[in-house]
Parts: sequence; C-alpha cells; structure tokens
Amino acid sequence: MRIIVKCFAGCKDAVGATSVSVELPAGTTVGEAFAGLIESYPALGGYDRSVMLAVNRQYADRQAVLEDGDELACIPPVSGGAGPQ
Amino acid sequence: MKDGNERVYKITTDRIEPDALFGWSLKPHHGAVVTFAGTVRDNTDGRRTLRLEYETYAEMAEAKMREVGVEIRDKWGIEDVAMIHRVGTLEIGEISILISVAAPHRKNAFEACSYAIDRVKQIVPVWKKEIWADGKREWVERQS
Repeated sequence: MRIIVKCFAGCKDAVGATSVSVELPAGTTVGEAFAGLIESYPALGGYDRSVMLAVNRQYADRQAVLEDGDELACIPPVSGGAGPQ
Repeated sequence: MKDGNERVYKITTDRIEPDALFGWSLKPHHGAVVTFAGTVRDNTDGRRTLRLEYETYAEMAEAKMREVGVEIRDKWGIEDVAMIHRVGTLEIGEISILISVAAPHRKNAFEACSYAIDRVKQIVPVWKKEIWADGKREWVERQS
C-alpha cells in the first residue's frame, strides 16, 4: 500500500520536503511507519519521543493500523500563537 | 467559517485587528466579552527577535480550534467562542491569535478564554519560527 506523509516545522526540515509518498506492507502501524521514516531520514530521530502523529487529520495512536491512501502527518510539539510556555 | 451557533474558527494570512471578533461573539443576553490577543514579542529571554514565521497544517488546525470550542461548550455551557489564528510572516507587535469568549457573566468568560488559549497551544497544529536579530532561524518547539 502507499501512503502520503506530511511533514511540518522541524520535521519538514529533517525530511527536506513537505510531503513524501511511502510504500509500506499491508498492516503497517503508525509507529512502524514513523520508525521507517527515521531510517530513511535519520534527522527525524530527534522527534521520536515528542512528535504527535495524525492519520487523516486526527491524532492517532502508534498502534493504529494504516490503510492504503492514508495521510500520515508528523506534528512536532506545537508552539501555538502567543507568549512563552 | 460561521456556523449555526455563531462560532468562528479561522486560519488567515491577513492582518488581525484587535476588535475583529467582538461582533461575532456578543449577544444581547451577554454581560461580558473576554478577548485574548497573542502578539509577537521582540525578544525571548533577552535575545532579540526580528519577526516570526508561522506555519500550519491548515486542514487540521481549523477542525482542532472547533474542537476547543466544543470543549468550552461542554465545560461552561458557553456557545459564543470565536478564534482566528494568523500564519505567514508577522512583525513585532502584530496579533498572531485572537480569541473572543462572550457569556452572561465575566467569571466564566475569563476562565473559558484562558482555557481556550492553553488548549490551542496543545492541540492546534501551528508552529512558529524565530527569526533572530543575530541572523539565526529556529523553530520554537515545546518539549513534551
């Protein structure tokens, strides 16, 4: 199956693109897909603990199983609109 | 963006005026409108900032802002929430986010508005990049 991966902010810089298309075996989970991305783009490794992952625009567990055509988004910790944390 | 309950949740590249949402939220039965404006600060811990660049996952961000509005309705029974988040390049002093909450009484309106900005910063996918005066450029990333 083939999915689209969308990358934002620091994840975009790590991958060097705003989106990439990835071929995966059927049954691949969100967590497995992200681990595969780290192999392809080692700079993503720094986000392994902090990144939130979304499937088709909903935050998803790493155990969730991907389906053909899904849009997986790599969402670094968001900084929002205003002021210090 | 306006839905049946008069709520507005919008990502924009246009300049945000401070009173942009006042009319969206205020109704005759209200006694309080609390508005929060987040603005671009000229420094972080003393390090000088020239400007900020905001990026968003727009298709998801508006849905997540709407979700914050639903949470506020469930917690306080407040229907009249509006928020606009600006993205793109923002100069010092410009408004990056405007949130307006209207309610019959001020206490709930203050609480709900404070909750709204906290939740936006947790779940709405918007990022900012510091363009420092020393020439460096860095994404601001909260460590979770």
